[in-house]
Amino acid sequence: MTTKYASQDFKSDQEVKWCPGCGDYAILAAVQKALPEVAEILEYKKERFTFISGIGCSSRFPYYVNTYGFHGIHGRAAAIATGIKVANPALSVWQITGDGDALAIGGNHFIHAVRRNIDLNIILFDNQIYGLTKGQYSPTSRLGTVTKTSPFGTVEHPFVPGEIVLGARGTFFARTLDIDIKLTAECLVASAKHDGTSVTTVLQNCVIFNDGTHKEYADKDIREERTIVLRHGEPMIYGKNRDKGLMIDYENLRLKSVKIGENGITEKDILVHNMENPNPGIHMMLVNMKFPDFPVALGVIRAVKDSTYDDNVREQIERSRQHPVCSNVDELLRSGSTWTID
Amino acid sequence: MDKQFIETDDAVIRFSGDSGDGMQLTGTLFADTAAFLGNGVSTFPDFPAEIRAPQGSLAGVSGFQVHVGSGEVRTPGDYCDILIAMNPAALKANAQWAKPASTIIVDSDLFTEKNIEKAGIKGANIFEELKLNDRNILYAPITTLTKECLADSTLDNKAKSRSKNMFALGICFYLFNQPLTYAEKYFENKFRKKPQFIEPNKLVLRGGYNYAANIQAIPNTYKIKTSNPEKGVYRNIHGNQATAWGLIAASEKSGLPLFCGSYPITPATGILEELAIRKDLGVKTLQVEDEIAGICTAIGAAFAGNLAVTTTSGPGLSLKSEALGLAVMVELPVVIVDVQRGGPSTGLPTKTEQSDLSQALWGRNGECPLIVMSAQSPADCFEKAFRAAKLAVEHMTPVILLSDGFIANGSEPWLIPSVAGFPDIKAPIVPEGTTGYMPYARDEERLARFWAIPGTPGLEHRIGGLEKDFLKGSPSIDPQNHQLMVDMRAAKVAKVADFIPEQEIIGNTEGDLLAVGWGGTFGHLYTAVTQLQKKGKDISLAHFNHINPLPKNTREIFEKFKQIIVCELNSGQFANYLRMKYPHIIFEQYNKVQGLPFTVIELTNKFNTLITK
Repeated sequence: MTTKYASQDFKSDQEVKWCPGCGDYAILAAVQKALPEVAEILEYKKERFTFISGIGCSSRFPYYVNTYGFHGIHGRAAAIATGIKVANPALSVWQITGDGDALAIGGNHFIHAVRRNIDLNIILFDNQIYGLTKGQYSPTSRLGTVTKTSPFGTVEHPFVPGEIVLGARGTFFARTLDIDIKLTAECLVASAKHDGTSVTTVLQNCVIFNDGTHKEYADKDIREERTIVLRHGEPMIYGKNRDKGLMIDYENLRLKSVKIGENGITEKDILVHNMENPNPGIHMMLVNMKFPDFPVALGVIRAVKDSTYDDNVREQIERSRQHPVCSNVDELLRSGSTWTID
Repeated sequence: MDKQFIETDDAVIRFSGDSGDGMQLTGTLFADTAAFLGNGVSTFPDFPAEIRAPQGSLAGVSGFQVHVGSGEVRTPGDYCDILIAMNPAALKANAQWAKPASTIIVDSDLFTEKNIEKAGIKGANIFEELKLNDRNILYAPITTLTKECLADSTLDNKAKSRSKNMFALGICFYLFNQPLTYAEKYFENKFRKKPQFIEPNKLVLRGGYNYAANIQAIPNTYKIKTSNPEKGVYRNIHGNQATAWGLIAASEKSGLPLFCGSYPITPATGILEELAIRKDLGVKTLQVEDEIAGICTAIGAAFAGNLAVTTTSGPGLSLKSEALGLAVMVELPVVIVDVQRGGPSTGLPTKTEQSDLSQALWGRNGECPLIVMSAQSPADCFEKAFRAAKLAVEHMTPVILLSDGFIANGSEPWLIPSVAGFPDIKAPIVPEGTTGYMPYARDEERLARFWAIPGTPGLEHRIGGLEKDFLKGSPSIDPQNHQLMVDMRAAKVAKVADFIPEQEIIGNTEGDLLAVGWGGTFGHLYTAVTQLQKKGKDISLAHFNHINPLPKNTREIFEKFKQIIVCELNSGQFANYLRMKYPHIIFEQYNKVQGLPFTVIELTNKFNTLITK
């Protein structure tokens, strides 16, 4: 029997201590909105949810969700979460991380979790800055970003998180905006339904150290013109008047943004989103679309079925247990060559 | 006709050759045969860090020493009575270990001018150059004779010459009057799926045996007296294998699934490999992306209710430091096995040392106590790994178990225990239905917190690396709370002393000289001390395996001896630790940091300089 939960059931007794106006509040609201839905759809009891984090502003998250939670050390959430999931595959494991935690200090664990396709739901808060240490550049800060540790502008190229996920053979990638609680919740429910590592990047605003970093496409009045929400099986159309779309520029083998109704282009010419395409080619082009040349892609960009690490571990053990060489430790100790003195 | 032989109490045989010559297997078969016959046996492999260094080079020499004796054999022996050197490089690398009256067996086919030069020896007579010409040298054309044994075989030339190690083994079996049956049975099992190799190996083994019997060059053969060991079923066991099995036994006793997250590192990898093949016993092993992930996956698994383990060596322990602090903070049971090797940095990966003790005790930020213990011999690794797991689980704390390259790769016969004889392990798991769970409430006896496993309804809680409220476990920056928690974590580990055995003494409990050691040096210290005791010398041995906390009677023991000498394979880490604990006591030191175990001779020499009666 499914237990019905409300958002309230996932609120802890801890006072939320993010800065007023921080994008994290909206993400917390989206998670608390998504969890009752996930519980209902997948018939999960509340005690199955486990939230794991590393270090950073985002990583305080587990304290605010009334589930099992583990606040780890910097960069290591993916490894801790991997241990939890393999130890108890029945748990619904959620990893909360940021652009520094996941892509700088924890980059190695992040790519390997994605490569293994272990069934984790990773929510990556991307504010393109280090907040908790008070304003240094991150691996996703744009080239030239002026911060306390880059007073003359950064001299390094940023990561695109989606590109790393696809490069690491990721099976699920979604992108959303902190202020779009509905879309975030939708992505998170999709993430929970996906078997394997799912990464949802939330473009999040740091009101203190990087205010407005996503503003040029996230602001409500221009958002529809400058972002595109992808939905599986639907044409890639966007714009306030739903008059723009994406096509492949075959000559240059890249995407192009076109206006429907111009140059004889009709809705039928527009690409249809297929998140289940195992070939990551189009997905890679979508995650790399940047404003102002393109709309920023949001929604579930990739969700491909493949075997998962935790299932593979479990299956190997089950198979070995059906035909054991040893079925207990006494047998183990006496296996191989022994001799008797009597 | 019965052969004439000399009865002897013990003998040391050292097999050496190119790393591809199969010396490890040859030595193992010799040791297993002796153990099977009821001899005491101790072995030690000595291999290079390179997997296959250039053939015939010094860097590629691989050795395996076997000590066979009539009674208890605690060390692989200092110097050898028989040295088998398959090429000039092996002879050069091992000449220093051959006793003055030793027999040296070489493959004369490979003692060509070119090979001798490769070994870096110039001059006509290699034996003269190495000052070995007074030894009894058996100059046997092993390669040629091996090929002759297999003249009718369909094996290709490469495969034929690869079995020359069995020819050498055959010679050794003749020398020690040992039967070929054990090795023959081994071939039958080993090559069950490649039966074409069974007969050739048997032929070559017998060929070596017959060759030794027919030539006049061997004046005497030996027979090592067999003793009357305790009755029961025995096996040979390596330290790494014993460690893995001890952990599996702890899993069975505790009912907790065993989880090991590790990254391969010499000389610890064998534990991970041994655990990885035990899926039939439900063991989960993760070969993860790095050392940090090794311990972090283990911490995650511990949070989720498994018996969590990570295995490593010195450099890996350095990488795990921060996460060890996390394990201390969240008070979850994790067993960290550190198989020590020569350091610092990459150091001497295949050589043994005890230089990680300070790192294990102190190598973390903050006030960060945990249990540190050690294992003292290959077979002892089983009991100590079991105990490490029991203490971790019952006291809700990480435990560092220190093994080392010497006991990890060494082997000895082991009277197989019954799992029923081991104590129960009771995990302090919070039962379902408990109300008002406080993550940091503690049991009074151990000061351990209680373990609420994710997935249990009603026990949802959050823990992490921030300082915790002393009851709720939520983050707290209250000054008094921090003081309380620091003191509590220390008291919890100190209390473990109530649950471990008192320190034993080998010899009198008071007197002139107390030798003190810890961990993998036990065999050498025990042999040296008991040899001197037999000569009537006033010396005792206290060999520690619980380092933090120390056994409760430690101070009392020290106060009853006039002199104390702490012997360890580092520059004095345990000695300094003891000085800190017992500032009123004077500790002498005997140290060696050469990547090698102690020899019994150097220990007895040192002790003799101190003993006054």
